Amino acid sequence: MALMLVKFDLKKRVKLAQTVWFMYWFAVMAGVLVFSMGLFFKIELRKRSELMDNNESHFLPNLLIFMGLVACGINAFGGKVCYDSLDPSKFVKWKPMLKGFLFCCMGFNALLLLTALLCFIMRIPLQFTLAEGLKSGMRYYKDTDTPGRCYMKRTLDLMQIEFRCCGNENYRDWFEIQWVSNRYLDFSAKEVKDRIGSNVDGQYLMDGVPFSCCNPSSPRPCIQHQMTNNSAYYSYDHYTEELNVWKRGCRYAMLSYYGGMMNTIGVLVVLVTMLEVAVTIGLQYIDSSLSTLVNPEDPESESEGWILEKTVKETFTDIMDKMKSMGKGTKVEEGGQAAVATVS
Amino acid sequence: MVVGKLTFTKPEREKLAKVLWLLNWISVLTGAILFSLGLFLKVEIERWQEVMSEGILYVPHMLITTGLAACCINFLGGKICLDCTDTNKFLRWKLVMMPYIICTLFFTSCILAGALMCYSVRSQLEDSLALGLRNAMRYYKDTDTPGRCYLKKTLDLLQIQFQCCGNSRYQDWFQVQWISNRYLDMTSSSVVDRLRSNVEGKYLTEGVPFSCCSTLSPRPCIQQQVGDRSPHFNYDQRSQQLNLWRRGCRQALMDHYTGIMQSIGLTVLLIWLFELLVLTGVRYLQTAMENVLRLGDPDSEVDGWILENSLAETARSNFDIIKNMGKCYQVDNDPNINIPTAAEQEVPSRQLRIPVTS
Repeated sequence: MALMLVKFDLKKRVKLAQTVWFMYWFAVMAGVLVFSMGLFFKIELRKRSELMDNNESHFLPNLLIFMGLVACGINAFGGKVCYDSLDPSKFVKWKPMLKGFLFCCMGFNALLLLTALLCFIMRIPLQFTLAEGLKSGMRYYKDTDTPGRCYMKRTLDLMQIEFRCCGNENYRDWFEIQWVSNRYLDFSAKEVKDRIGSNVDGQYLMDGVPFSCCNPSSPRPCIQHQMTNNSAYYSYDHYTEELNVWKRGCRYAMLSYYGGMMNTIGVLVVLVTMLEVAVTIGLQYIDSSLSTLVNPEDPESESEGWILEKTVKETFTDIMDKMKSMGKGTKVEEGGQAAVATVS
Repeated sequence: MVVGKLTFTKPEREKLAKVLWLLNWISVLTGAILFSLGLFLKVEIERWQEVMSEGILYVPHMLITTGLAACCINFLGGKICLDCTDTNKFLRWKLVMMPYIICTLFFTSCILAGALMCYSVRSQLEDSLALGLRNAMRYYKDTDTPGRCYLKKTLDLLQIQFQCCGNSRYQDWFQVQWISNRYLDMTSSSVVDRLRSNVEGKYLTEGVPFSCCSTLSPRPCIQQQVGDRSPHFNYDQRSQQLNLWRRGCRQALMDHYTGIMQSIGLTVLLIWLFELLVLTGVRYLQTAMENVLRLGDPDSEVDGWILENSLAETARSNFDIIKNMGKCYQVDNDPNINIPTAAEQEVPSRQLRIPVTS
């Protein structure tokens, strides 16, 4: 009892072949889409690799690019086979390799589904990479004279402005590091000496943030320095002041940005997988319908098409038997050789 | 003296009609491009509308209307040109052709006007921006006044995005009070001193808003006492240069909009040239088909032209027609007026001339 048996006459076979050919062209475009999404994601990661400590994993975008290219190739080949299936003379040359090609397609579809799953899972390692990268980025904010780190200030400022965020978890992270370089501190001033003496590491810490944390929506001019000192400014209460600086931490801002991107890519890859499964099933029907012609000489005769020749259970047991017999075959050979060895 | 005379055989006429049909369809596309360019310009201008004192929205509106008109007129033109391959079908369009060509001529000149507007609006834009930015800076602090409460945010975002500060330079901020009185402690002596130090009682400082800070500066931003070197440690000439954005926002916005409008103007000029080409082709086709009808033989070789008489004669005859149209109405209005016989004879003959010259 075949799985999903369908009867075909010539007209139905032709229609099936045309539909599947059409779908294969969509699938080629879907492959191009997956490739371009992988490329886009790679470029976005590269743009902000400084903030991830140059430690980010490019595994996912590389995988997407590879899968996109393979998809294009497989679907173009499948489309060609579909086109040739309308002409029995041309189809003959593809017939022998069709079974193998269908197995390949199934494997590729499974891999595509895995890629989609990865898109949703890779958010977690990204979170850790971002946390580490931002922490060290903020530490090097003041080092605008050290080669290799001199652009960190600009990168961080631009990122905080663009993503509308401040600090790692929140703006208080800036209170814990020295973001003003020693070059611009007057060490003869009492205030500077007090601050440096007040902590173990001898760092100039203050309750202030860089200008890029300022929120333009605030009704009052930005308060960047002495943020926790209510008496320093008229009519200022830092507990209730909501709009002065960005409240969100940059880790969450970047994570939601990249997370959103990965979710969208994941959803699209799932849709592409479904399309691929559909075309694989279509090709299987074409193959089975063309190999079960009632009268092989007459192209207009009726035939049957199916997804699996036997039921799922029977196919599974068949495969298990085949694997077992392959295993037994090698054992018998070994046994035979051993017998030969003992004889000789 | 015929202007631009060309001879057309039957296959040449058919080829001309087919080519014009294709060109008309391409013109529909260019009309759509024109429409979208107008739309894009409108969106760009409206984005920073708040810092412009008067609108220059008539430029994109002109482009949008001509774009839509182009689509409709060229769609009709394509249909007409397709029918022109067959003499019988041409009869349908015979009376419409002349008004169609006049309409197309008018609308083509509108395209040219639109293109020229893109280049000529520059000085108006500059004045509008100068005044608009000055007002925006004055109302920067009025975040509690309805109608002006978003000016602070707009101006901050403008300065951040375009990397500019103030109207012509950052010192413009020294001349306006950009800190609201709500956040000034009026009991403090320093505040009172500052308010008293100028005629209008404004709180002026040598400070700028945070959005003027340059991201390229190697040191944390210095916003207060910007011009004075002594309160800041190691504040040399170079630090001062890099600290704030040096460009004025008026210049930044002018560069931005001039760039956009120059590209749009150039594209519109190219579209105008293309439309002119199509119009010339349609005119030749129209005169050729009419001559075919006059000769009565569809297979004969005929002449086509742009103008039957020289430009001066055509202008004079059209002017006479318009004058006589006025006279005709006058005569019809009152039948009791004694009409001299000479005029009665004149009118019918002029009426006969009309079909020949069109």
